[in-house]
Amino acid sequence: MMAFASLLAGLVFGLGLIVSGMANPAKVLGFLDLGGNWDPSLAFVMAGAIAVGAVAFTVANRRSRSMLGAEMRLPSARHLDRRLILGSMLFGIGWGVAGFCPGPALVSLGMGEVKALVFVAAMLVGMGVFELFERRKSVPGPHAA
Amino acid sequence: MSIDWNHFTPLTATSGGVLIGIAAAMLVLLNGRIAGISGVLSGLLRPVDGDSAWRIAFVLGLVGAPLVYLLFAALPKPHIDTGHGALILAGLLVGVGTSYGSGCTSGHGVCGLSRLSPRSLVATVAFMGAGFVTVFVTRHLLGI
Repeated sequence: MMAFASLLAGLVFGLGLIVSGMANPAKVLGFLDLGGNWDPSLAFVMAGAIAVGAVAFTVANRRSRSMLGAEMRLPSARHLDRRLILGSMLFGIGWGVAGFCPGPALVSLGMGEVKALVFVAAMLVGMGVFELFERRKSVPGPHAA
Repeated sequence: MSIDWNHFTPLTATSGGVLIGIAAAMLVLLNGRIAGISGVLSGLLRPVDGDSAWRIAFVLGLVGAPLVYLLFAALPKPHIDTGHGALILAGLLVGVGTSYGSGCTSGHGVCGLSRLSPRSLVATVAFMGAGFVTVFVTRHLLGI
């Protein structure tokens, strides 16, 4: 049941990315191009998503278990550190190079785009390499947000 | 800066955003989980018993979304100008960066800001700032 709910959530998420135009890296780069012909659309996507999300997370914070009875796993970390800032900056550079972040890349992959496959494969390698380094240090990493 | 009125699509952007918000709401209210794509994916690279099925299902939903969209309308074609070398570089940076920074546009940008998380606000400012600078450098300084 939880897997089915997840499948539906992933589907709705992907449809949202297609409808909003964010599955198209050219449109994302149009938002990141402040110095050129700027397309503010991405800000509207985030505003729409956050408007709904804010209500959902307010409700979620008051619950001890999910509607399907699962444990609520909301991030509890509050400290700002080098990992968070440096990692996010690296991500932002990669995002600016191709206009792909993880969600839209997976949706483009589903559209049969070979270039999305190249990006996703490299992204998984990047995640895997990071994972290996973390294991070698044998310090458990914080939960992903 | 000038606004690109030809490509600016506030209505579809906002409605697509609302769908994304509904998806994040479904995942947290039904399953108690954060819809952060990088976190969902990287969790599969260090599998924990009983914690993989929902992740795989979520990824299948994302990848399958174009097929469902096709039932209603013709799919818009993504425009990907980036060459293969730059795509590999970008993928590696996104993979390492989202793991190191514990999240991406969905986890920090959508879910984190919805939760008013100070960490996610800082992360979003950092990746958006880096994205703005990167595009400025590649498009306007290097002319790629």
